[in-house]
Amino acid sequence: MMGGFFAANEKMQADGVLVDGEGLQGIETATSLRIKSGKVETMDGPFAETREHLGGYYVVDVPDLDAALKYAALIPSANFGTIEVRPLMDYNPAG
Amino acid sequence: MNNAAPKAIAVNKAVNDVIRNDRGRLMAGLVSRLGDFQLAEDALQDAAISALKHWGRSGIPDNPTAWLMKASFNKGIDRIRKSNREGQKAKDLSLIIEDKETMHASEEIPDERLRLIFTCCHPALEEKSRIALTLRTVCNLNTREISDAFLDTETTMGQRLSRSKAKIKSKGIGFAVPGPEQWAERLNTVLSTLYLIFTTGYVFGDTGSRNLCLEGMFLMRLLDRLQPEDAEVEGALALMLLTQSRNTARVSTSGATVPDSEQDHALWDAELLQEGQELLARAVQRRTPGPFQIKAAIADCHMEAPEPDWAQMLLLYQSLWRFEPTPVVALNWAVVLAETGQADLAMQKLTELKDVLGEFQPWHAASASVLRKLNQPEQAAQAYAEAIDRAPTEADRLFLQHKMKHLRT
Repeated sequence: MMGGFFAANEKMQADGVLVDGEGLQGIETATSLRIKSGKVETMDGPFAETREHLGGYYVVDVPDLDAALKYAALIPSANFGTIEVRPLMDYNPAG
Repeated sequence: MNNAAPKAIAVNKAVNDVIRNDRGRLMAGLVSRLGDFQLAEDALQDAAISALKHWGRSGIPDNPTAWLMKASFNKGIDRIRKSNREGQKAKDLSLIIEDKETMHASEEIPDERLRLIFTCCHPALEEKSRIALTLRTVCNLNTREISDAFLDTETTMGQRLSRSKAKIKSKGIGFAVPGPEQWAERLNTVLSTLYLIFTTGYVFGDTGSRNLCLEGMFLMRLLDRLQPEDAEVEGALALMLLTQSRNTARVSTSGATVPDSEQDHALWDAELLQEGQELLARAVQRRTPGPFQIKAAIADCHMEAPEPDWAQMLLLYQSLWRFEPTPVVALNWAVVLAETGQADLAMQKLTELKDVLGEFQPWHAASASVLRKLNQPEQAAQAYAEAIDRAPTEADRLFLQHKMKHLRT
């Protein structure tokens, strides 16, 4: 399993598209924060029932969706979970 | 006394002709350069309006398509300039303008419709959106014509189209033909989309003003021309031609559906049939089997004289199962089993499929026919009633009612 991740990382690095990526610890380690009427509330864990949770992320720099999907398919979790592919937020859409 | 009116009509017709025949090519070129479906469509619309004015004044140009391409491109740049408040897009624009210069140098318009078709049929779009976008962009159907074909309202279809155009941009779907590792899968999505256009027309007839069977065949022929010598493209086109060749024979004079095995062979379109069979033979020789070639071979077996080659179909369904292990393939397989004297086994398969296909009309029709073979008229009658309730067309209903009436004879 880890071998699969190493292979995916190596391929992305070799192709020069890998910008960033990390694995995340389980949701039981999470702390949540929200601001309610100006006051910061901190809570232990997400208590929402989550059937799926984010286990890690990759940031790749590629020209289009097809290329992104190609790299996403290399991530071993695609075999038992789901890889969600989204463009990064464009902060300057006019430029 | 005044020839302005006939002249205006002639110009109007000329503009409409170019757009009808060359819309796919124009849109492909514009999307490729402007990078935006909606902008390309608006620019082409603007240019068509200019054409009416200019062609009326100075005559129809020698190469009307090239004229429209240049004009649309300029209109597109105008639109970018207008929407570009702070002028940040200057860099992009200068690149586009450079491109424009090279366009002036050559009258030849590169055919980028293959990229256009692959983009419209991208699996990141919903199936119905793929169909609608392809019909709108490549075949020049308008929103009303598409909504008629799908029995949707024009507003719903219009919203679907603009959402999908926006999605292409926001999801980062490139205007490109897929690479070799994605080719087979992506081609299959394209072929399925084009085939669905064809079958929608075939099953529901011509509810709209445009014939979807013909649009489907036009698109598949175009794909075969843009991507020649591909066995699956040839197989899919052969499947359409073989199916279409039976078009007039499939409904009797009393308006009921006639199954392939009972059709009058003299009513089959010999030319389409021959073209389909030759195409299929050529595809099979390439030795790269695929689901569409197998389906075309099955269609061909149905047309065998004096009766369908069921034994061969049994083998073909077995091969098809390897590509498409779906309940619908299993259902068809069961029907063939019943035809080759294995009605018991067929019924067993049908029972296994009930949970997934219980709401699917063909499951009830198949069950009725197998129960009839098994000499169980009461259960068969019940299945016929369910199938009649769910029949997609009046012709199918008439055919099933006839079968039901003659159950005990």
